[in-house]
Amino acid sequence: MTKTSTLLAAVAGLTMAAVAPVSAETSDKRIALSNNYAGNSWRQAMLESWSKVGDAAVAEGAVAAADAFTTSENQATEQAAQIQNMILQGYDAIVINAASPTAINGAVREACDAGIVVVSFDGIVTEPCAWRIAIDFRQMGRDQITYLNERYPDGGNLLEIRGLAGVFVDDEISAGIHEAAADSKFEIVGSVHGDWAQDVAQRAVAGILPSLPEITAVVTQGGDGYGAAQAFAATDRSMPTIVMGNRQDELAWWAEQKAANGYQTTSLSIAPGVSTLAFWVAQQILDGQEVAKDLSVPMLRVQQDELDAALEATPEGSVANVEYSRDDAIAVIEASQ
Amino acid sequence: MNRELMRILLPVLSLAILLGAVFYLQPRAMSYFGLNLLFNLAIPVALATMAQMMILMVNDIDLSIGTFVSFCACVTATFVQETPLLGYAILLAAIAGYAAIGALIYVRGLPAIVVTLGMSFVWGGLAVMILPSPGGAPPPWLRTLMTLKPPLVPLAIIAPIVIALLAHLFVKRSSMGVLLQGVGGNERALERAGWSIVRLRATAYAVAGFFGVLSGMALVGLTTSADANIALRYTLLSIAGVILGGGEFTGGRISPIGAVIGALTLTLAASFLSFLRLSPDWQIGAQGAILILVLAARLLVSRREAAA
Repeated sequence: MTKTSTLLAAVAGLTMAAVAPVSAETSDKRIALSNNYAGNSWRQAMLESWSKVGDAAVAEGAVAAADAFTTSENQATEQAAQIQNMILQGYDAIVINAASPTAINGAVREACDAGIVVVSFDGIVTEPCAWRIAIDFRQMGRDQITYLNERYPDGGNLLEIRGLAGVFVDDEISAGIHEAAADSKFEIVGSVHGDWAQDVAQRAVAGILPSLPEITAVVTQGGDGYGAAQAFAATDRSMPTIVMGNRQDELAWWAEQKAANGYQTTSLSIAPGVSTLAFWVAQQILDGQEVAKDLSVPMLRVQQDELDAALEATPEGSVANVEYSRDDAIAVIEASQ
Repeated sequence: MNRELMRILLPVLSLAILLGAVFYLQPRAMSYFGLNLLFNLAIPVALATMAQMMILMVNDIDLSIGTFVSFCACVTATFVQETPLLGYAILLAAIAGYAAIGALIYVRGLPAIVVTLGMSFVWGGLAVMILPSPGGAPPPWLRTLMTLKPPLVPLAIIAPIVIALLAHLFVKRSSMGVLLQGVGGNERALERAGWSIVRLRATAYAVAGFFGVLSGMALVGLTTSADANIALRYTLLSIAGVILGGGEFTGGRISPIGAVIGALTLTLAASFLSFLRLSPDWQIGAQGAILILVLAARLLVSRREAAA
């Protein structure tokens, strides 16, 4: 770096510091997103969030580039090749949503050896040189019971709607629910698989309902709350408290019920904007910050009083989303230390 | 000889043109390090292509190569690494299994496309049983071999050349290779001459199984761990590689050197498209377009040949 450019950078740093805490350290750094799949609304929202926050960061000079790449076939070997191409393209950091936790480790290792910062999120990689932003699905299960405990201190009967059988995420959320329920006055009287789809959930709940006692609340995994509500509405039972999963149709139904009879519940899920958290974490690492290798993502929660705002911001057929800022990333990094 | 030359010229030209384009787009690729990154994942693809070529040579087609390579990768990342003796025994048994499938297809007169499609589920199921969740590790010597940094020329260039030459020697220069081509060309004639077709076909399948095993091992050496779905793409990539390299579906007309070049071309085409920053929605289509372009060029060449 020449003297003038050092001076310029210092001046830039000073002026920036006065306006916003933008660091000049990473203004020449380039970050790439390696994504393995784009075929559902969650992933689409994730990519949108990335480009929104990435473009803004480039415009304000926080980084030089924030390019997103998606493999066409959701295959690990293809993603490994994609990551190797990124190394050649000279990116300083690669943010990965991986097709396999292990099968791209070789390529990740190559990237680390080339001095590139690798941050994985959602679909994380096990290679020790990479950072991991993992989702604590167990906590998502426990949080539901915590909320219900506050609503119904005397406990009651719960119906559990699970996800797709045999998938790790389903096991984790369910384990969290059962763990917390064991310590509460609630009893899980029925459990069905809704496959994270409203129509499947509706059929499954309708099938089990005749055999169940009075249900106080329904614990869910997201993408199944609206279906459960439809199944209950078709009977003469009173509507239980159904925990929602941030899907637009679920929020819309909740808002409708809230207007009609003051229905109360809560809604929680992982925001697709977690890609932007990974982006800022990568930026912080490039900036020279000490960051623990394992971070966890905060859950996106929609409460009763935030419902209208959340519903308004969520496009039809999509998921409630939030884009993380650099300050959010710093908070997550500090929380892990 | 002239025909052979023409056959090999087209794949060489397509590879050269693509390579030129990649170097133009990304000058950084024009280095030892760059070439290694561009081509190292082509090594297992090239080996899988060799396996497919053996099957195509005897007029069959193998739809189970991808899952077979995945299975071998899973065995390598688990048994071969933990209990080498058992691991290699399983891999040998897998090769024997391939030979048995080849014999079965001929003896019962079954369509290979159906049998291998069925086998793809068997291999896939076995892979999931061995490695229910992604993981495992390569045996240390394999990792060392695949990350070898020989002086001057990167491993990613040396390995395909060695593979191509060995396969060429076997198919074009050994008597067994000539016989196997004969099975594809005129099975009846060979049978009348007193050769056992069952044995020849079983041999072709066994050699294919051997290359499949090598492909799985090379893949684990590169990725450092396996996944039951790791190589599913290889089935179609390997067929495309053989055809791109001047091979044909019938008549035992194949070219090992061309097929390896075809595999490299396919790998490079994907990198080229990603350097172009083409949207992923268009990438599969564009990859297909490159394939059609090369095949169309080949058709033109062979038409002219026929006319001459």
